Amino acid sequence: MSAAALLAVEGLSISFPGAAAGERMRVVDRVSLSIAPGETLALVGESGCGKSMSALAVMRLVPKPGRIEAGSRIAFEGRDLLSLPVPEMRALRGARIGMIFQEPMTSLNPVVTAGEQVREAIELHAPLSRGDARKRVLELFAQVGIPDPATRFDAYPHQLSGGLKQRVMIAMAMAMRPRLLIADEPTTALDATIRAQILELLRNLSASTGTAVLLITHDFGVVNEVADRVAVMYAGGIVETGTRHELLSRPRHPYTQGLLRSIPRPEARGGRLAEIAGAVPRPGHWPPGCRFHPRCPHAFQPCPVEEPQPTGVSETQAASCHLVAREVGS
Amino acid sequence: MTVLSADALVEVRGLRTWFPIRAGVLQRVRGFVRAVDGVDLTIFPGETLALVGESGCGKTTVGRSLLRLVEPTAGNVWFQGVELTGLSREAFHPYRRHMQIVMQDPGSALDPRLTVRDCIAEGMDAFGIGADHAERTERVAAMMRKVSLDPDTMWRYPHEFSGGQRQRICIARALAVDPTLLICDEATSALDVSIQAQILNLLSDLQADRDLTYLFITHDLGTVRYFATRVAVMYLGRIVETGPTERIFTAPRHPYTKALLASIPSLDPDRRSTRPVALGDVPSPERPPPGCHYHPRCSVRRESCSRDEPPVVAFADGMSRCVLALEQREAEIHAG
Repeated sequence: MSAAALLAVEGLSISFPGAAAGERMRVVDRVSLSIAPGETLALVGESGCGKSMSALAVMRLVPKPGRIEAGSRIAFEGRDLLSLPVPEMRALRGARIGMIFQEPMTSLNPVVTAGEQVREAIELHAPLSRGDARKRVLELFAQVGIPDPATRFDAYPHQLSGGLKQRVMIAMAMAMRPRLLIADEPTTALDATIRAQILELLRNLSASTGTAVLLITHDFGVVNEVADRVAVMYAGGIVETGTRHELLSRPRHPYTQGLLRSIPRPEARGGRLAEIAGAVPRPGHWPPGCRFHPRCPHAFQPCPVEEPQPTGVSETQAASCHLVAREVGS
Repeated sequence: MTVLSADALVEVRGLRTWFPIRAGVLQRVRGFVRAVDGVDLTIFPGETLALVGESGCGKTTVGRSLLRLVEPTAGNVWFQGVELTGLSREAFHPYRRHMQIVMQDPGSALDPRLTVRDCIAEGMDAFGIGADHAERTERVAAMMRKVSLDPDTMWRYPHEFSGGQRQRICIARALAVDPTLLICDEATSALDVSIQAQILNLLSDLQADRDLTYLFITHDLGTVRYFATRVAVMYLGRIVETGPTERIFTAPRHPYTKALLASIPSLDPDRRSTRPVALGDVPSPERPPPGCHYHPRCSVRRESCSRDEPPVVAFADGMSRCVLALEQREAEIHAG
């Protein structure tokens, strides 16, 4: 793992209680990833693959009775987050690490004005006078493209459109100039024309402030718009990593390939869409060996029994797949 | 009144569905949400007409108004040449069999207390299809096989199935009464990518197999180009452009259609999408802007657009509700 990494996650496992007494069921299993300063990493996968839970773990916000398993390691700016005392972790959250979520409405307090909420977030972390904090909020509102910031400062969340609410959330997340922004499906609830605006904003903010972004999404279109690197998750584990260009033009893992082929594209018009057979296995029902093997068109004899390890296919791309390992090895 | 197409399956003229906004202790009506505000639409037999637009544009209300799940405020609807407007609930009931709907959230569309067998048979019971319980059960099994579900699972409950399987149950239920028109309202939007492809392929197969007509309501333009024959684009309660799918995607006429298409994220790593085209946010359908509803967001608006209603300009292959369309038509005529 590179020493220059801003965030380094190694062997992260998260478990929840299973049906039987004392049983623990893993929802995230030995996930490793790293983000360099200023880099945007997209964590992609279908619902239930563990991508959001992994992001919550970085902020130590895994909901109870979920638990980060022993042996997991999360380092941010060289500090071990999992052994950090609670007050220090709290100081880090919202300051060095910002976050935005899919549903801006549920993250904003409905009875406090938009500007006041962002000001509170600033005052929590910085010793600014109320006047200076207000000035900083107006600056931030302008920076995230909120028209007429002074009026919007006094607006309540329900008076703002979905796009504006998400901009307020982004302003709040960026208020303390964080080094890492965790964005969980930030555009999924937004309309197409608004989504395009917010993606452009995220791209520009990251470029102008040098903030790294961990972007959680299920949408490869969003990946292409903002990511530098991509990690694809399936059934709790990372199956492939690579640059945006590598994964979109030459995906090597059969799951990544299947996902990309199943997206309706103009070229496929009239024909049949490629399907991935079957359904995503639920946590606790993961198949042995390669978890994708029952749905994989290329599965062969080691797949049901032996867990595949990441195989590098370039300096930057790796896939956990027996077929790829055989092709690279031969 | 516009001349009706003789070969249309569904003809909609001047459809208006307004929802009253009540306020105060007396619950007086203080305004209306003009969800659908003067929609003309023709659906031809066997086609897939995509009705696209962003949230709040009224596309879902159009579908629900056709089925009278909400009562339209004004306008006329013909189905196979028969005017449905003004029919009593009882007189409308038999037509309801021919028009079925599949909605976005298969979880809430199915009664959790009914077995899958009873969910699928609900419509058959309502329309008196099948001689007895046994015959209906036989038909449920046949429908389940059609949508690739195992008939042996018909005595289970909806929650025991995955999201994709539940959507298959909803499709089986809709098709069990042998409809002519199937309205798919964001039917694949809540599903994972790999499951969405399965359901779209299933809908394609069923259409070929059973001569179905689809009204495909969606915000997902990628799916539209793959799936639809024709497209109608809606913005704030009105249709702003119609046309054959390929033409809409390659040569859109309305500025809003252009903005929508430009906002589709590209999957080509060598080409990130162009900059966002539509300005600002979608206004509230409670207070649509005067003149052309789209003018505050339009990058090519004229001075008159904020004042005058845009003309509805007919082309050989559709329409566009825009002042620019007059010149476009002129240019197209000269171009040959």
